[in-house]
Amino acid sequence: MKAILKRELQAYFFSPLGYVVIAVMYFFSAYYFFTYNLYGNTTDTSTLFAMLFSVAMFLAPTLTMRLLSEERRTKTEQTLLTAPVSRLGIVLGKYIAALFIYLLAISGTLVMALVLQYYSQPDWPVVLGNFLGLFLLGASLIAICLFVSAFTESQVMAAVGGFGVCLFLILADALFYVVRNPVLRVLFAQFSFNGRYRGFTMGVIDLYDFCFFVSFAGLFVALTAVALERRRWV
Amino acid sequence: MFSLICAQGLTKRYGDKLALDGACFAIEEGQVVGLLGLNGAGKSTTMNILTGCISATAGTVAIGGYDIATHPRQAKRITGYLPEQPAFYPEMKVRDHLNFVCGLKGLPAVGRKKHIDHICGLVGLEDMLGRMVRNLSKGYRQRLGFAQALVGDPKVIILDEPTVGLDPSQIIEIRRLIKDSGQRATVIVSSHILSEIQAVCDRVIMLQKGRVIADCPTNEMVGRASIRVRVQGEAEVIGAALHKVPGMGSVKQLGQNEPGTWDFALESAGGSDIRPAVFRALAAADLPLLAAHSADISLEEAFLHLTGGAT
Repeated sequence: MKAILKRELQAYFFSPLGYVVIAVMYFFSAYYFFTYNLYGNTTDTSTLFAMLFSVAMFLAPTLTMRLLSEERRTKTEQTLLTAPVSRLGIVLGKYIAALFIYLLAISGTLVMALVLQYYSQPDWPVVLGNFLGLFLLGASLIAICLFVSAFTESQVMAAVGGFGVCLFLILADALFYVVRNPVLRVLFAQFSFNGRYRGFTMGVIDLYDFCFFVSFAGLFVALTAVALERRRWV
Repeated sequence: MFSLICAQGLTKRYGDKLALDGACFAIEEGQVVGLLGLNGAGKSTTMNILTGCISATAGTVAIGGYDIATHPRQAKRITGYLPEQPAFYPEMKVRDHLNFVCGLKGLPAVGRKKHIDHICGLVGLEDMLGRMVRNLSKGYRQRLGFAQALVGDPKVIILDEPTVGLDPSQIIEIRRLIKDSGQRATVIVSSHILSEIQAVCDRVIMLQKGRVIADCPTNEMVGRASIRVRVQGEAEVIGAALHKVPGMGSVKQLGQNEPGTWDFALESAGGSDIRPAVFRALAAADLPLLAAHSADISLEEAFLHLTGGAT
């Protein structure tokens, strides 16, 4: 797993992808920071983090689109599948690499909080809670998009599929108000990423929400390993 | 002798298609074995199962005593694999790629450099270590694939069509590598090029429609399928006696080259060795066998003979 993690990290920085993802996140973080904090003259970072929710939704598929699909297309996966590494080890190596790049990308928000610290006194527990929320959101989304990437040879298809799933997760909130079926309403309410994330942006670290994102990430990492394993049997 | 690779009742279905149908074979340590068969015979499926890429629908494969289905990591640790079209990460240098494979195989970081240098020395890649993989020629890519298969000094090396697309000098070089590898490990080579199998393999396993139809030493395969005999007696009597030999495929009367004798070309059915049976049958019929020798047939002829000439 360590070898795969190292290679994936190198691959992110060999191509422009890693730099672009980090740059885009930094750009939007800086834009919202300027608009809401500097221009609005406030140390409350909740709006900044709330706005980054949709940016994370778009960055996750970009980070994961090539991870498994490209290996399949170029047949480099044969090297991995014939190596003494478990399917879960392969998936974890790739997942942690993507998560690390995402962590680097969102770390810009901490720099902005430090800027606030220079001029004023930001509420650090709220900032850190927000940061944890954004990280957990990314961890779940990356796991979901990695799962999508396991089903296609095309990077484009993997990206589009990932975007589709992420968009659906955004829409799930709106659907709650549209559907009348009580079961579906409960389902949309419980699986609302935005709803779960909102708690963090208010500085509330709810164990429920924490477990929701962690279990979602764990479940989809495991499902991706199962999807890889399943291909052996087809 | 200890069987390093043991396949029992190997069966693989792709939907309705039966790619492997209960194939069984055992390969001892230190052998160089050729896996032969027409397209669709089940060679690649067998290799994919041996390397753990896919699972068998039924049957078992043990490598070094480890079942590939239940102990894949242990089995894969002692296996090196060169796929038909070795694929590499283009952004890596040759040394980085081999270092990556060392990591996958779990080799300790200490001593990796020496190991990589040693392997590259064996395959003739010493001067290419700093080169980007995407800039390598087809021949060097094949060598890199070979080097990758040698990482960790595996006990079993599986080579799928190792000389496809190479020029004659590269083919000779790869054959030399296969022979050298046979000194240190058990090697399985799948190839369409029969002369290659004949040149490098001690033993041939022939597959047809997912079944093992022949499994014997290469020289036996080459020499035994057809024999020529010279027998003293009447042509009709000799012919009748030869037709009764168990396992006889065809009996062809060649003519009279010596007074009172007749020459016949005999071919076994299914590739079995019929020489002892021919001797006994002629002795029982009181027909003196004056000469018997293997017809000098190539592996191509033996292959076509066993597979019924199908293409």
